[in-house]
Amino acid sequence: MNDRVPDPQQPMAPRRVAHIRDASVNLAHGGGGRAMRDLIEDVFVSTFDNPTLAALEDQAVFALAELATHGDRLAFTTDSYVVDPLFFPGGDIGTLAVSGTVNDLAVCGATPLYLSCAVVIEEGLAVDILRRVAASMQRVALEAGVAIVTGDTKVVERGCADKLFINTAGIGVVRRDVSISARNARPGDVVIVNGYLGDHGAAILVARQQLALEADVESDCCPLNGLIAVMLDACPQIHCLRDATRGGVATVLNEFAQSSNVTIRLREADLPLREEVKGACEILGLDPLYLANEGKLVAVVPADAAGQVLAAMRAHPAGREAAAIGTVEVGEVGAGGLVVMQTVFGGQRIVDMLVGEQLPRIC
Amino acid sequence: MKYVDEFRDPHKAKTLEKEIRALVSRIERAKQRPLQIMEVCGGHTHTIFRYGIQQMLPDTVEFVHGPGCPVCVLPMGRVDDCVALAERPEVIFTTFGDAMRVPGSKKSLLKAKADGADVRMVYSPLDALKIAQQNPDREVIFFGLGFETTMPSTAMTVLQAHAQKIHNFSLFCNHITIIPTIKAILDSPDLHLDGFLGPGHVSMVIGTRPYDFIARHYRKPITVAGFEPLDILQSMWMVLRQIETGRCEVENQYGRIVTEDGNAQALSAVMRVFETREFFEWRGLGSIDHSGVRVRETFAAFDAERKFDVPNLKIADPKACQCGEVLKGVIKPHQCKVFGTACTPESPLGSLMVSSEGACAAYYNYGRIDTSRIDERRVARQSVKSADATAPACLGASGVAVMPDVPALIDDAAYASTTRGHS
Repeated sequence: MNDRVPDPQQPMAPRRVAHIRDASVNLAHGGGGRAMRDLIEDVFVSTFDNPTLAALEDQAVFALAELATHGDRLAFTTDSYVVDPLFFPGGDIGTLAVSGTVNDLAVCGATPLYLSCAVVIEEGLAVDILRRVAASMQRVALEAGVAIVTGDTKVVERGCADKLFINTAGIGVVRRDVSISARNARPGDVVIVNGYLGDHGAAILVARQQLALEADVESDCCPLNGLIAVMLDACPQIHCLRDATRGGVATVLNEFAQSSNVTIRLREADLPLREEVKGACEILGLDPLYLANEGKLVAVVPADAAGQVLAAMRAHPAGREAAAIGTVEVGEVGAGGLVVMQTVFGGQRIVDMLVGEQLPRIC
Repeated sequence: MKYVDEFRDPHKAKTLEKEIRALVSRIERAKQRPLQIMEVCGGHTHTIFRYGIQQMLPDTVEFVHGPGCPVCVLPMGRVDDCVALAERPEVIFTTFGDAMRVPGSKKSLLKAKADGADVRMVYSPLDALKIAQQNPDREVIFFGLGFETTMPSTAMTVLQAHAQKIHNFSLFCNHITIIPTIKAILDSPDLHLDGFLGPGHVSMVIGTRPYDFIARHYRKPITVAGFEPLDILQSMWMVLRQIETGRCEVENQYGRIVTEDGNAQALSAVMRVFETREFFEWRGLGSIDHSGVRVRETFAAFDAERKFDVPNLKIADPKACQCGEVLKGVIKPHQCKVFGTACTPESPLGSLMVSSEGACAAYYNYGRIDTSRIDERRVARQSVKSADATAPACLGASGVAVMPDVPALIDDAAYASTTRGHS
């Protein structure tokens, strides 16, 4: 997908090669002077490696004509990333910061093109950590075919931030033939996910090591624009599409059900769940439907296209375990959009929105 | 998942469902009014709703959701005490997750945390002890709550703190005991229960013997039940079978975990650390004699109530709340006049709406499927409204008498006799 890396027509700015000597970040690195410039050039500009950023202007500038070749509408999004720990099995805050924003663009049918990267650093953070995070960001950016073209660096006093916060904003262009919205779910539609649910949430829980739990679970953090492109090729009329991050699949489905005023009926038996995730949830009294994902999407597609979409997904690395997990039904009068699950046991229950965070049960 | 899925087998469930239907059709009493079986434990309530078990039963059998969710029976005054402790600048207040949202008269622990109190969620009291070791210049308080299920781990933690001389650790003890509570329910005049599903994990600690009085004195059948959906169905079948054959016995369906005598080691730790309080205030149920425990004098240094100035104010339950009636099974959650209107999981008035084990939250989250139920709710709400003029809105601190001849569970002599007598 590297051929989609944008190549803005801008001359390479002449620049000296700066190196940061300090092992950790201090307040001077946010002071606007030479120390800051050294940090930016050494860590970010050299890693993100593109002429637009290297020009070190206050903004990135793109030609409209080039954007228009990808579609007819601009998509713009932003997201901030705070995660503890910064590094976890399957990813780190950098992979999250790029995949998350890429995915937010891709789920409306946009081709993601440019990202910004603003960091808030707590003084004392090792520069090496920053380098590793920047390298992760660039790796995912290359995988997703986007360029990180502008940024900002702030350093705050110890205690005023938790190690490192990242904000990324992204610009993409929406394909001409696509109209995706949470309001578009229709009775008869099929609900599809692209693989195992709750891996990210479970991996973070285990990585925090507050629990005496050991499980071999990795975050599913990855960019989904490639997968979404093949899905849209298979069926440009996908009705709803969202990545299921915080709040999990249950939250996304509730948003669909409410916006479209329909009932969504899930089949518990068809939910793709890893044994490890199921086990961790059993022990902690959590529901995997509410666990966070960072590389999972929920799609609502017309029934006659469901087979094609599933086949296309399963042929893509990010969709190998894709599964149809439910169907859309006519909304119950007065119920105002419900998600109902047919349990494996033979009963049924409502899958509601969470009020706040899922809190583990006492006993 | 091995050893779990086996207990969720839909084919076995179908068979049991059929058996239960056949059984109930032979019970004469069920023809006059629905049989009411109380599941005492909040964990059971959670399973019943999560798997939609009520819908699998005939209309002639009803679950009555009992008071066995420790978060749900916590009175407002105790939450206020927690907040007061947590807001002391030297304190790190540690708690189980689902106690964070329980409303106090002014705020919940979650709100106190947002306002700057150092409130931390832990998964075990030992985590709290670790925090105390890591923060020697701070006072770490663990919010101990729960029935006999969680009591042993709290007791062990106090014993460890004592042995390791960790003096910046203390326990805010809100542990409660099950037997006086069941008695209070059985003595309640407005209740017509036909039998019980006995708590599984409490019984793992105390054994099945302490329930003998339910069968012998009150002539009610009880089956100690496990927490998987097949456990619940099988236990229900066992209780109904007792009713059909006119027996009143203590049966044990959860034999893979629960023994007659319980866990001697756990009981001995509990005995060393705790003693019975004369009474303890319950949300909705009022004061129940001998239903709570406190830290013994020997471990006073680890008792937050002795160590700090706890306001210990008695706060009346909100007027509109019918938690008491729901807890005793007099009304169903959706028949409460504030259910789903003034009291929702987003802004709970009563704590039954907070915990996922609370009957109201379970009803709200899992139970609103059937629109006829929603209609029923409206009708029920109207009828409650019209009856409101005469009926007290909340049982409040009315108090429920406890029969003096049955010793409270934690009573030293009673323990000694049950454990020693059968060892």
